[in-house]
Amino acid sequence: MHVEPLQDRNVSELSAYYYVDIPDYPETGWDKFKQVMKRTFKGELFVGLWVVLREMIKFDIHTVKYPLEKLPIGPRYRAVHKLLRLWESGFERCIGCGLCEKICISDCIRMDTRIDENSRKEVTEYSINLGRCIFCGYCAEVCPELAIVHGERYENGSEQRAHFVIKDDMLTPLDWLTSGQQQEYPGFGAITPNESVKSTPLAY
Amino acid sequence: MDTAFIIETMIKIVVLLTIFSALAGLGTYFERKVLAFMQRRLGPMHVGPFGLLQVAADGIKLFTKEDIIPQNVVKPIFKIAPVITAATAFIAAAAIPFWPEFTVFGYTVHPIVADINIGILFILGVMAVGLYGPLLGGMASANKFSLISAARSAAVFISYEVISGLSLLAPLMLVGSLSLIDINNYQSGGIGNWIIWTQPVAFILFWIAAFAETGRTPFHLIANDHEIIDGFGTEYSGMRWGLFFIGEYANMFFISFVIAIVFLGGFGDGTIAGAIQLLLKVSFFFFFFLWTRAAWPDVRPDQLMWLCWKVLMPIAVLNVVVTGVVILVQGGL
Repeated sequence: MHVEPLQDRNVSELSAYYYVDIPDYPETGWDKFKQVMKRTFKGELFVGLWVVLREMIKFDIHTVKYPLEKLPIGPRYRAVHKLLRLWESGFERCIGCGLCEKICISDCIRMDTRIDENSRKEVTEYSINLGRCIFCGYCAEVCPELAIVHGERYENGSEQRAHFVIKDDMLTPLDWLTSGQQQEYPGFGAITPNESVKSTPLAY
Repeated sequence: MDTAFIIETMIKIVVLLTIFSALAGLGTYFERKVLAFMQRRLGPMHVGPFGLLQVAADGIKLFTKEDIIPQNVVKPIFKIAPVITAATAFIAAAAIPFWPEFTVFGYTVHPIVADINIGILFILGVMAVGLYGPLLGGMASANKFSLISAARSAAVFISYEVISGLSLLAPLMLVGSLSLIDINNYQSGGIGNWIIWTQPVAFILFWIAAFAETGRTPFHLIANDHEIIDGFGTEYSGMRWGLFFIGEYANMFFISFVIAIVFLGGFGDGTIAGAIQLLLKVSFFFFFFLWTRAAWPDVRPDQLMWLCWKVLMPIAVLNVVVTGVVILVQGGL
């Protein structure tokens, strides 16, 4: 059905809306008696009994035994953040531009940078206060290098929320990178890790 | 009164209390499982195999919980109310024959605590006293939801008692005895002799009244969770609340036994097959209590009273009159 007939909220032949057929309430005693008899012997109670019994016999259980079974989550799910590395060199992708810090609407990202001995900008501190983070995803959206992304780790049981947000926790470990465990997220500018990915020379 | 009789009765009482306390616990397990399956869930799964030990876990929780007596309650009545519900449920069971008589080492055992000649009257009377538990507990709780629940339990009480009494009157006129063993023996000829064939109206009426008596779903208005929290049980905690629960579930089992014995032939001719048939009948009626809870909506208090006083009571009276006329005509011929 198209949207147009639903936009006309007036009940008419053209619109999709119609009055529900509600019979008048019984007025006389005889009519009330007829209504009671009709409802009594119509067997509607047995329809209800049959429906639940049918479901019991079919035994089509929809329970997800959560800690043992997990529902798949969407690829765009926004859980605890991750910092990714470059495939070819293992360097951190983050260039310390500070856009995520700037755009964060709950003001929970904090980073410190310096120029290292290779004249690259190095991120010394990067922390997200998950107590404030609303998981809006702006930081991942604004990041020009696909460095900060949202992972799929939604089970955040810990003594302190801060345990998830130290830079070392978010950053992909080097041995994960070499064993190809770093996940990429499809979208604008996403790369496909294969042999065509080459290290960028630092000096020409 | 000789010593052997006293010892035998004590043993029977202990066995009955043990079995039906445990069954009341298992009843909650079955209820949760059946309701879960009917709603496409799994129910208790984690404590023990298939969640069977959930009953034990619940029991331990109830027993070890702090017994809270809130401020402003009427303490003696508040404390005694759950005991009334649980005790009357088990006292009523004294007159129910749970199994045909059998012989162990040459000693004939009658599996009934007291075969009194007014059995069914005793059962109905004592079960009716059980309604004082919700009534007194609700009134003593100093809680508005409990008070509403107490008022409702009084309304339910005066409504269904008339129906259950009048509907049982017609079968009793046929049998001519109030003892459940006599009623059972009257139907011992087989399935054709069951009272349900001669008294189908009384059977339906008593079944409906049984739902009101035990406060199960179509008439669950005494403790409707979605309206008045837990009704009379709102202020209770720990084992006092557990006693209400045990009383309710034991009542469900006992009223199932009464329906099966009075209308569906009971244990028949007294063989083992007949006894197992009795247990199957009781299981069906207990399952039906759970089944309706999954399927049917609750009625309002005024609807229950309308149903009991304006519909069921005239039918019950008519049934008694017609039965009397038929007995008179048959006797005259």
